[in-house]
Amino acid sequence: MEPGGRPGEEAIRVRGWFPAHRYLILRRVSQLAILGLFLAGPWLGIWIVKGNIASSLTLGVLPLSDPLVLLQVFASGHVPGTAALLGGLIVLVFYLVVGGRVYCSWVCPVNIVTDSAEWLRRRLNLKGSAHLSDKSRYWLLGAILLVAMVTGSVAWELVNPVSMVYRGLVFGMGMAWGVVVAVFLLDLFVGRRAWCGHLCPVGAFYGLLGEAAVVRVSAIRREHCDDCMDCFAVCPEHQVIRPALKGADKGVGPVIMSGHCTNCGRCIDVCGRDVFAFTTRFSNSSRQPVSGVNHKSEVSS
Amino acid sequence: MTRDTNNTRGMDPARRRFLTDTLRTAAGVGLVALTLGVYQRQARALPATAIRPPGVGDEASFQGACIRCGLCVRDCPYNTLKLAELGDEVALGTPYFQARDVPCEMCDDIPCVKACPTGALDPALKEIDKARMGLAVVVDQESCIAFQGLRCEVCFNVCPIRGKAITLNYQHNERSGKHALFIPVVHSKACTGCGKCEKACILEEAAIKVFPIALAKGMLGRHYRLGWEQKTEAGHALVTPDAPHQYNLPEGMRYEHGGRGLMSGEPPPAPSPPPQPFAPEAPLPPFSSNPLDTLNRKGGL
Ligand code: SF4
Ligand code: SF4
Ligand code: SF4
Ligand code: SF4
Repeated sequence: MEPGGRPGEEAIRVRGWFPAHRYLILRRVSQLAILGLFLAGPWLGIWIVKGNIASSLTLGVLPLSDPLVLLQVFASGHVPGTAALLGGLIVLVFYLVVGGRVYCSWVCPVNIVTDSAEWLRRRLNLKGSAHLSDKSRYWLLGAILLVAMVTGSVAWELVNPVSMVYRGLVFGMGMAWGVVVAVFLLDLFVGRRAWCGHLCPVGAFYGLLGEAAVVRVSAIRREHCDDCMDCFAVCPEHQVIRPALKGADKGVGPVIMSGHCTNCGRCIDVCGRDVFAFTTRFSNSSRQPVSGVNHKSEVSS
Repeated sequence: MTRDTNNTRGMDPARRRFLTDTLRTAAGVGLVALTLGVYQRQARALPATAIRPPGVGDEASFQGACIRCGLCVRDCPYNTLKLAELGDEVALGTPYFQARDVPCEMCDDIPCVKACPTGALDPALKEIDKARMGLAVVVDQESCIAFQGLRCEVCFNVCPIRGKAITLNYQHNERSGKHALFIPVVHSKACTGCGKCEKACILEEAAIKVFPIALAKGMLGRHYRLGWEQKTEAGHALVTPDAPHQYNLPEGMRYEHGGRGLMSGEPPPAPSPPPQPFAPEAPLPPFSSNPLDTLNRKGGL
């Protein structure tokens, strides 16, 4: 990134605007399409999916449930019914394959809110950031399970902005708009990526799941990196990049192994040198033969 | 900060930072957890007008089992159920209905219970007549026009299990002196709390209302037994029959139990049972039991 320039400028120049925003656009399409499926019922009377993100039934046969909500039900001393358990299992396996925090970047509606806050933050050049530990989310995850255990209720779902926004959009918002605004302001003024990157226990849960997930981003052509730092600038969890991108000397493989990488693909988008690509966790040998997988054609187009 | 480092004396600053950070996070999260717990406690209080769908046991455990997915809401063919929105008095996202708006139509196949993936609506509930969503109570005897001696009986007539859940109790109309009051009486043994009576009540504000059972139902002491019920059950009296009272009275005196007390003279030959007001042997009241007789009588009353 040239001084004063915006991240991704080189990529736009080299590859064009659309290719340099490919994953961003795909993610928005995915987030809105999933929301659209839920809304098609109540708005248009087309009942493909019923329910909301906590638990749903697709086409009357496919149950899907949020494993974290089920975990809270267990913690509160109840055993969910088979439909919910089956739905939870399907979702669990899905995210174990595609990446835990794919939930965050490809599904969660709050991500659109916090991404917008981050975009505006960059635009307004807001620098200050409250000191929040990014481990807070694990503490919060533990705390919500503890509260469920002590009160015998799924207490977190009383305040969870993620399910609140989804349920609100599909069933009626009430005052939940206030929560959306609060999260936006939190990310805009209190701290960079304060909600998704530091506090959200839902993200923490899917992050833990992501530790074991198969599909991962890899700095597959890391020796092409010219230290423009564009990827660090756009990455919502930028601490996950360094070990993979700069680990060649230490014998660390190029695959981003942190569960907190959201598989958003923004790093792939903005890198003008095509360093990143989606791979799997199994292609993480540190001595990667590079020349064979070089897609120079895309760069030159 | 400088003073801090001076104070560490021997403690590695990084280690110190780590400790303070951890403590700070723990304290913050502890506070959040506490607030959440307290909030959850408050969310357990169900307002009197909010009725849960069929198959809900006690409120506290329902809030541990329900994941707020709204599948019950979607499968209710009468749009009876809704999910609590932020700002409603009901625990956020949980299903309920307000009888005066839309009562439960008591579907034979109970689709709401079938739709519930978690079992929060008890799948063991197979007959809707066994549902106990709430209990109807004639809360305002001053406005209920049946108590004024007017014919209404609308609540009785709309009740899906009339005759069992709600009956009409004939009482003497003191005001006119010659008519009957047709008093609606709800029986908790059969009332499902569907709320059709509340919906149908002709008053501007219903005089019969459905309340959550915990609110509507009193309870005898657990050890209380009603003698006459026990007697019918057992087929004979379970206590020793009344022995004639023995008084050590002066010669020629007796004790009258009807209120006159000590009096002279011999007791009547056999203590005859007190006359029962409407027993067949009792002298006929001045009015025939058939109102038509009175109406057809020449010369009016
Ligand atoms: S490393 Fe790349 S894919 Fe992962 S979160 Fe960061 S920008 Fe997204
Ligand atoms: S029994 Fe029928 S009308 Fe009543 S809440 Fe369930 S689905 Fe709705
Ligand atoms: S279907 Fe069951 S889990 Fe879902 S909102 Fe209704 S009662 Fe709760
Ligand atoms: S709520 Fe009213 S209508 Fe429904 S069963 Fe009870 S008495 Fe009958």
